[in-house]
Amino acid sequence: MPDPMKIRASVVGDSTEVKVLMSHEMETGQRKDAQGKTIPAWHIQSVAATWNGKTVLTAEWGPAVSKNPFLSFKFKGGAKGDKVQITWTDNRGEKRTDEAVIA
Amino acid sequence: MRVVKRRAAQAAACALTLGAAIVFAQSNTVDEIAKYRAALQDGNPAELWEARGEDLWKQKRGPKNASLEACDLGLGPGVVKGAYAELPRYFADADRVMDLESRLVWCMVTLQGVSEADAKRGVFGSPDRKSDMEAYVAYVTSQSRGVKMNVALRHPKEEEAYRLGEKMFYFRGGTHDFACATCHGEDGKRIRLQDLPNLTTKDGAQKAYTTWPAYRVSQGELRSFQWRLNDCFRQQRFPELVFASDASVALTMFLAHNANGAAFDAPAIKR
Repeated sequence: MPDPMKIRASVVGDSTEVKVLMSHEMETGQRKDAQGKTIPAWHIQSVAATWNGKTVLTAEWGPAVSKNPFLSFKFKGGAKGDKVQITWTDNRGEKRTDEAVIA
Repeated sequence: MRVVKRRAAQAAACALTLGAAIVFAQSNTVDEIAKYRAALQDGNPAELWEARGEDLWKQKRGPKNASLEACDLGLGPGVVKGAYAELPRYFADADRVMDLESRLVWCMVTLQGVSEADAKRGVFGSPDRKSDMEAYVAYVTSQSRGVKMNVALRHPKEEEAYRLGEKMFYFRGGTHDFACATCHGEDGKRIRLQDLPNLTTKDGAQKAYTTWPAYRVSQGELRSFQWRLNDCFRQQRFPELVFASDASVALTMFLAHNANGAAFDAPAIKR
């Protein structure tokens, strides 16, 4: 089971600002280990964010995204107490979903 | 705006000499690194270590199936808040001066029944093996954020550790005849493009000590103060600094006490 994300969401004017910290190795597939063998690629492939069940962001990610990625985005709408849910899926099919309440 | 003006003035003043141009390039680099750090401030992955550390702290582990919640970090069993700002300190139960990491080893041994060798195994994490120690350190230190450093020299052994640490700081040795003070005893020294803090000044010691542990972006790991010292020793070509050894605690004591009065501000983030 992957480590949980850290999600903060707050209302800024008429939008909601969401900041997400994900725990992931994000191995590029370009590096070699001490024996000279290629370390297989292992990274997040897709990210989706929903606000009260409605999708507000989808993203396709590749090996160029850093280890332990930080994602910040805004969407129109959102009120205190609403729920924001983030899901990522990596190229091994592993998934993690976490939720935060808008503050 | 002020920074920009100063830079323009500097550029005009030293436009024609090559040496000055290098100085200018360096100050520019320093500004850029500062900007880079500021940009990273938001969303410091150290938070992931803090969360994992808090979780581990409360888990029942080891042969005695106990959590570390009863661990006495100096302010009484179970008190984590503000504890790091007063470490290292003398602990009567162990009859020695301990920093956070050596105290954690002590708690793992006494409370959880883990062997000392196991507690000290794999303390510096790597991508394929996460370190529990670094997670504990992240959690405990995060609970002292904003607390003023207050490392006392009350007990004779605390005083002794400080004096020993001071001696080590100025001791020259190794293949390069280096002391800590060789790089950290003057203003304006650097390694590659990184400015090095002058740890012999109050300001330098405070800025350096209060920003460790830190998430090292280039390594993708959270690094503790024990790691910082260990890597300094490696860079000096000194013999390996043994984890949680009296020598490492003494050097920590010297630097921590010199940082007294400054608000602790870590886990931080560094390039």
